[in-house]
Amino acid sequence: MLEIEIDGKKAQVPDGSTVMDAAQQVGVYIPHFCYHKKLSIAANCRMCLVEVEKAPKPLPACATPVTNGMKVFTHSQLAIKAQKGVMEFLLINHPLDCPICDQGGECQLQDMSVGYGPMKSRYSEEKRVVFHKDVGPLVGMEEMSRCIHCTRCVRFGQEIAGIMELGMSNRNMHSEITTFLGRSVDSELSGNMIDLCPVGALTSKPFRFTARSWELQRRRSVSPHDSLGANLVVQVKHDTVMRVLPHENEDINECWLSDKDRFSYQALNSDERLTKPMVKQGGEWREVEWNVALDYVAHGLKDIARDHGGETIAALASPHSTLEELALLKKVVQGLGSGNIDSRPRQSDFSADGKRAGTPWLGMRIAELAQQDAVLVVGAFLRKDQPLLAQRLRLAASKRSKVSLLTLGGDDELIKLHARRTVAPSQLVNGLAAVVKAAAEAKGVAVPAEVAGVEVCETSRRIAGSLVEGEKKAVLLGNAAVQSPQAAQVQAVALELGKLTGAIVGFLGEAANSVGAYVAGSVPSAANARTMFEQPRQAYVLMGIEPEFDCANPQVALAALQQAKMVVALSAFKHAPALDYADVLLPVAPFTETAGTFINAEGRIQSFNGVVKPRGDARPGWKVLRVLGNVLNLPGFDYLTSEEVRDEVLGKGAEFAAGLDNGLNGVAVALAAPAAGLERIADVPIHFADPLVRRAAALQQTRDAGVPVARLHPDTLAAQGLAGAARVRVRQGQGSAELALQADAGVPVNGVRVAAAHAATAALGDMFGPISVERA
Amino acid sequence: MLSAESLKRFDREVAKYPAEQKQSAVMACLAIAQDEKGWLAPETVEFVANYLGMPPVAAWEVATFYSMYELKPVGKHKLTVCTNLPCALSGAYHAVEYLRQKLGIGPGETTPDGKFTVKEGECQGACGDAPVLLLNNHRMCGRMTPEQIDRLLEECK
Ligand code: SF4
Ligand code: FES
Ligand code: FES
Repeated sequence: MLEIEIDGKKAQVPDGSTVMDAAQQVGVYIPHFCYHKKLSIAANCRMCLVEVEKAPKPLPACATPVTNGMKVFTHSQLAIKAQKGVMEFLLINHPLDCPICDQGGECQLQDMSVGYGPMKSRYSEEKRVVFHKDVGPLVGMEEMSRCIHCTRCVRFGQEIAGIMELGMSNRNMHSEITTFLGRSVDSELSGNMIDLCPVGALTSKPFRFTARSWELQRRRSVSPHDSLGANLVVQVKHDTVMRVLPHENEDINECWLSDKDRFSYQALNSDERLTKPMVKQGGEWREVEWNVALDYVAHGLKDIARDHGGETIAALASPHSTLEELALLKKVVQGLGSGNIDSRPRQSDFSADGKRAGTPWLGMRIAELAQQDAVLVVGAFLRKDQPLLAQRLRLAASKRSKVSLLTLGGDDELIKLHARRTVAPSQLVNGLAAVVKAAAEAKGVAVPAEVAGVEVCETSRRIAGSLVEGEKKAVLLGNAAVQSPQAAQVQAVALELGKLTGAIVGFLGEAANSVGAYVAGSVPSAANARTMFEQPRQAYVLMGIEPEFDCANPQVALAALQQAKMVVALSAFKHAPALDYADVLLPVAPFTETAGTFINAEGRIQSFNGVVKPRGDARPGWKVLRVLGNVLNLPGFDYLTSEEVRDEVLGKGAEFAAGLDNGLNGVAVALAAPAAGLERIADVPIHFADPLVRRAAALQQTRDAGVPVARLHPDTLAAQGLAGAARVRVRQGQGSAELALQADAGVPVNGVRVAAAHAATAALGDMFGPISVERA
Repeated sequence: MLSAESLKRFDREVAKYPAEQKQSAVMACLAIAQDEKGWLAPETVEFVANYLGMPPVAAWEVATFYSMYELKPVGKHKLTVCTNLPCALSGAYHAVEYLRQKLGIGPGETTPDGKFTVKEGECQGACGDAPVLLLNNHRMCGRMTPEQIDRLLEECK
């Protein structure tokens, strides 16, 4: 520990601290631009100059290590003179355009210039002009003359996003921030650069010029997208969501947001919002009042239950629904005498149901990811599925962790990898089994008999080595592992690996409330998300689900919906295909317009309130279901608030969900036979993963939202006689899709990478099923 | 993109650094590429970046930072006149003017026959010989009086 005195305040700080760290500790504010606690030290703005006893010149606080007995003065004459001087230099070339600058009112340069700058400019020469750049639909680089060259945006790319897309070209007064040859910024974390930019150089394109920061009300919320449950500050004007920013939470999203979390709000104001209950009668859609719609639904469902039995009714809910919605939907369905409820629409293997020891979860706290010595991520499109969990692993890997991947595609996760192996979906079990065998061999213990038959490659040995060696280690199962047809087997082998190496087995988690769905009991006691469509029912209730995009096999789901007597869709959007198969559309409020609870991957319970009034006649889902329960005359639907629903499910005041356990009882490990023909590998593109993000206009213009292409290994192309083809037709079952073809050596041989969740591929079948390819 | 010869020189540079830090060779490799091509087109910079496994924009930062990298085609003979303070005080701008008289071009320009380019440069660390001029990045010429300049131009013909 070192002793330091800053402005007369004494403190003990750990070795290696900088003066800036120490100042933060004693609560002294030192002005700064380039310094950021999550980024490396650049010390290029010089705003943080302070006087240090015995030093002849002022020193930059952000880059000066504390020495024992150091005395620092941040308000001395010398310090103030230095700050004034730096401020004057920074402003020399900075345009005086605050009145038309989007950053006005939340600009660090503006604040600092008031606090530390000279009163008047002495500079009367011409200012330099930097041309604007177009780097895509999210980050605006329209007024680059405002840049003060702190390089925060550059360092963010290098260190946090893992990809350096911005750089500073030229030097001295000619320096400018730019991409290479005007390319776009495509990182899924790019929006954070807007937050980091201390001036109005990088601005939010969707938000620009729509509101002033002082007009906005700030309200806390929780992201409804991936399993992280990022904390949000939703900014509201005139009852409209104008912008979303991160709410700093070191345990969850730190100070970051993925672009999906940040920009999806545009969908809330989309024209496709469903604002009136609608009923289809005689093929005609009519807008009706709520009581008419709910009466219609109640009668319809009751009649079907009476005439055909409760088991002919099934309900499928989105795992992006709130805990309260899921719990009440389950109660309604149960009340109708049905056990057919599920909220895992993209899952295809349900053989673990009834054998789970508890609710599947991350297996640890999110913050613990950084402390792992070794991590094996299995079956994940990590960066696009959980951008900020990937970020945590990226940082961990750059420091100490050995991160390995067992994947289905060659996607660059921008993580420094210890090892990587790509296998076809049907070989995921065997790929993992090889690591088990290698780990047993490395430890010199008996190889578990079930995996003895598998062949061990060098990479598996390398992965096993890292898992055997480390102190803290984890095997994390990604979305594709959960969605794969051998999900239970993959989990069983992972558990075997965990037992052998002491690694924690965890699930990265598909959606904001995947854990919550289990906790709310939204799991079937009869037909699951697959069988409810394979054996068609008379009536379906869909909550937040758009089956052509959200189901593991849209073909089967749509066919079942088409033949059903009654389909009730609770949705925030007037989804065009639903107009065809649905009979009733109930406008349900999205996360900003309802109170609710999400339980994230680590089991953290996060409740939030609505931040704006529901649009039109949309109503919070829990209220709709409560009233439906009343209309159906079901007992126990007397809740007055969403908190009552939550407390009934969770008890009062818990911070983390109970009953989290990734164990399995009685699932025997069996190796998989190689698939005969071509198999599809379906990722869920980041900006199509849920109904909200699918309608976020700016996100839809990003490169990540491009139309899916069919990707095959060059060897597969040659074997199929497709070499040189530009477009192909891929077929599954009755459906087909014509797509552009791309050779991709990262795709496993005999794999056909065709994304799910997109209109272009919605006619296809199983996400990981057999597929055929022909020239288009 | 580049000749086998240049790539061999690349590898010699890369070998000087630990494998995971091969981007340390970026300055040398850009210089080698420029030797071969005469200037650094964006594609050349990207090629070098890919060769060294670094982001193209990072190589671009280097290529645009240092004044000896040429981002546009230059003449066969590049005359870089140092115009920093000691040289400026000893007549650098006279040298620039004299070159303009002789060649008809100012700093940043190339003669129509593609023979000469004149540039302004930064301190070459040879202030004792001010004013200083650098020929084709490699040859340092001191005390550039009009007579010396005449001689140099003659030599280049
Ligand atoms: S654009 Fe903003 S963040 Fe990037 S260097 Fe300039 S001022 Fe800093
Ligand atoms: S904050 Fe210290 S130099 Fe920029
Ligand atoms: S100023 Fe010209 S060489 Fe130093």
